[in-house]
Amino acid sequence: MGEAVGTDGAGEAPADQVVLRAITKRFEGTVAVDGLDLTVAEGEFLVLLGPSGCGKSTALRMIAGLEQPSDGAIAIAGRDVTDLPAGDRDVAMVFQSYALYPHMTVRRNIEFPLRNRRVAAAERDRLVAEAAAALDLDTLLDRKPSELSGGQRQRVALARAIVRRPAVFLMDEPLSNLDAKLRVQTRAELIELQRRLGTTVVYVTHDQVEAMTMGHRIAIMSAGALQQVAPPDDVYARPANTFVAGFIGNPPMNLLAGTVADDGRAVAVGPATVPLGAGLAAAVAAAGHREVVVGVRPEHLTLAEGSPLRATVAVVESLGHERHLVCRGPGDVLVTVRLGDADPTDHQVGDEVGLRIDADRVHLFAGDERGDRIGP
Amino acid sequence: MTAIDLPPERVAARRRNRARKRREALLAYLLISPALVVFAVFVFYPFAKNIWLGLYRTPPFPGLPKRYAAYDQYARVLTSPEFRGSLRTTFLFVAMTVPTGLLLGLLMAVLAHQKLRGIAIYRTIFSSTVATSIAVASVIFFTLLNPQVGLLTYLLGREGEPSVLDDPRWALVAVAGVTIWQNLGLSFILMSAGLQGVPDDLLEAAEIDGAGAWGRFRHVVVPLLSPTIFFATIVGSILAFQAFGQIDLLTQGGPLRKTNVIVYAMYDAVFRQNNEGKAAVLSVALFAITLVLTLIQLRLLERRVTYER
Repeated sequence: MGEAVGTDGAGEAPADQVVLRAITKRFEGTVAVDGLDLTVAEGEFLVLLGPSGCGKSTALRMIAGLEQPSDGAIAIAGRDVTDLPAGDRDVAMVFQSYALYPHMTVRRNIEFPLRNRRVAAAERDRLVAEAAAALDLDTLLDRKPSELSGGQRQRVALARAIVRRPAVFLMDEPLSNLDAKLRVQTRAELIELQRRLGTTVVYVTHDQVEAMTMGHRIAIMSAGALQQVAPPDDVYARPANTFVAGFIGNPPMNLLAGTVADDGRAVAVGPATVPLGAGLAAAVAAAGHREVVVGVRPEHLTLAEGSPLRATVAVVESLGHERHLVCRGPGDVLVTVRLGDADPTDHQVGDEVGLRIDADRVHLFAGDERGDRIGP
Repeated sequence: MTAIDLPPERVAARRRNRARKRREALLAYLLISPALVVFAVFVFYPFAKNIWLGLYRTPPFPGLPKRYAAYDQYARVLTSPEFRGSLRTTFLFVAMTVPTGLLLGLLMAVLAHQKLRGIAIYRTIFSSTVATSIAVASVIFFTLLNPQVGLLTYLLGREGEPSVLDDPRWALVAVAGVTIWQNLGLSFILMSAGLQGVPDDLLEAAEIDGAGAWGRFRHVVVPLLSPTIFFATIVGSILAFQAFGQIDLLTQGGPLRKTNVIVYAMYDAVFRQNNEGKAAVLSVALFAITLVLTLIQLRLLERRVTYER
């Protein structure tokens, strides 16, 4: 497969391969996807991430043509495909279950999309051989899916997707049926494969590790609505709202209720006061919120004996290279502190500890239901 | 037998173990004995007696003694033109009813599988014939085919002609039609159950892979449905070989013995010709046919590929 050739000269931004414009999907009584606007660039690996039921799979199925949007339009490779059947959209999909045809051999499975498009036999054999070689399936071509391991089935599903060189790969949690070790390995292989083929990928998962490691950008969805689209590091460093803040990161970000001081230069979190930098103070003033949510990642909390913010250790989780102290703070809020393996303290459940918030690393969110990010 | 003497407690344990096994076996026989008794009285004894009956020639007039004919009667009946005619009629009947019934059942199941509003009503209607008996179906169609007032007679354009049931060319077709209609509910239910077993994501994958509706049906649905189709074929064939009620009610084997299927021939031998021996031979022949079908089914079901996912 050659390099992706753009129609424009070098240096231009890649063309938009998939465009969703105000896509809405209503099922009887419920809105599964609500006005989704999303653009995927050519050659991009975009991950749709969210908890189950957030609408990410429905969105993917609408791109595939398996569901018809109630409203909005979809374009693939510059062509409006909103009313086109799935088979005419030039997309390939890898299902969570792999959806291999159980009565066909691996070869027949891979060539099925080619046969449907009446590709000549010689050309078909060449393409199948190529796809099989790319996924290391050469020796398995005459087996039935029931004779393959989970990892091999997964590779057959991928081969069936790449064999016809579609405009977009759609993947619906393709790794979730693999065991943990194989999943990590296959993840790396998928990244490599995508880089080699340069094909656009829209990848649905609920696993933030997959999202962070695989995606060029992550689109986070909740309750049918898009929350944030950004590269993985941005999503982690600057979550757009409290949902994203609480969803990305493991253990998740601590979200504490805070009140902006009268002078606007500090936020009170229980008995503790977190001073705000000039930039953040200005942003708070501009936003005009008094009640805010203070987000602190577990690694930005430290134990400090003299701190006024007191908490009781409820759970100690040791992962070997780090420890998590889950503490019950003021107002019975659970707060997680991440300690590196160099940390000399040895706290037990029931110990009272003092917590210090790293004021330079706090995130502020509006105290309302949406909880939008305040500041840069 | 043991070269090494076992310690006494091990010997005792073995003995206890053996006693326990014997008690369990006894209990097992006790538990299946009610079923065995029922089978013995209603299946095993009649079956043996039937084979034995076939060995004796029934006297032409009641009161005379039966005569032992050994296998002569089997040979005579099974080579008679009457039996061959009856066998041909039976196979013709099976060939008319089974494939058509299956195809119609499959077609209706595919239609009812669509996600359409109010489809449940059609599902109920389609499966409703399982709630009728062949006698009811026969009476309904007897009326519909009535040469004077029958709706079907009118639709077929046969007003003023004798009933199709009295027409040697069409009587078997008519009876087959009634049978297909009556079996449609069962066929529909079997096929629907088979369709439910075809995973949606396979059909969706095929859709994305560019297969049209026919392609999906031909390359995905039918192969995955083949165990069901096979099962329905065997069961349908066995039922068709045993057809009797509709023949008795609609044509009594006529006209010109054109609907004289094997079970009706048996009935005719016993109750019209008073020839038990002949009927017994016919029933053994039917048993052999059914046995072969059942063996084929067992054999293939054993070897059947299970498409686990």
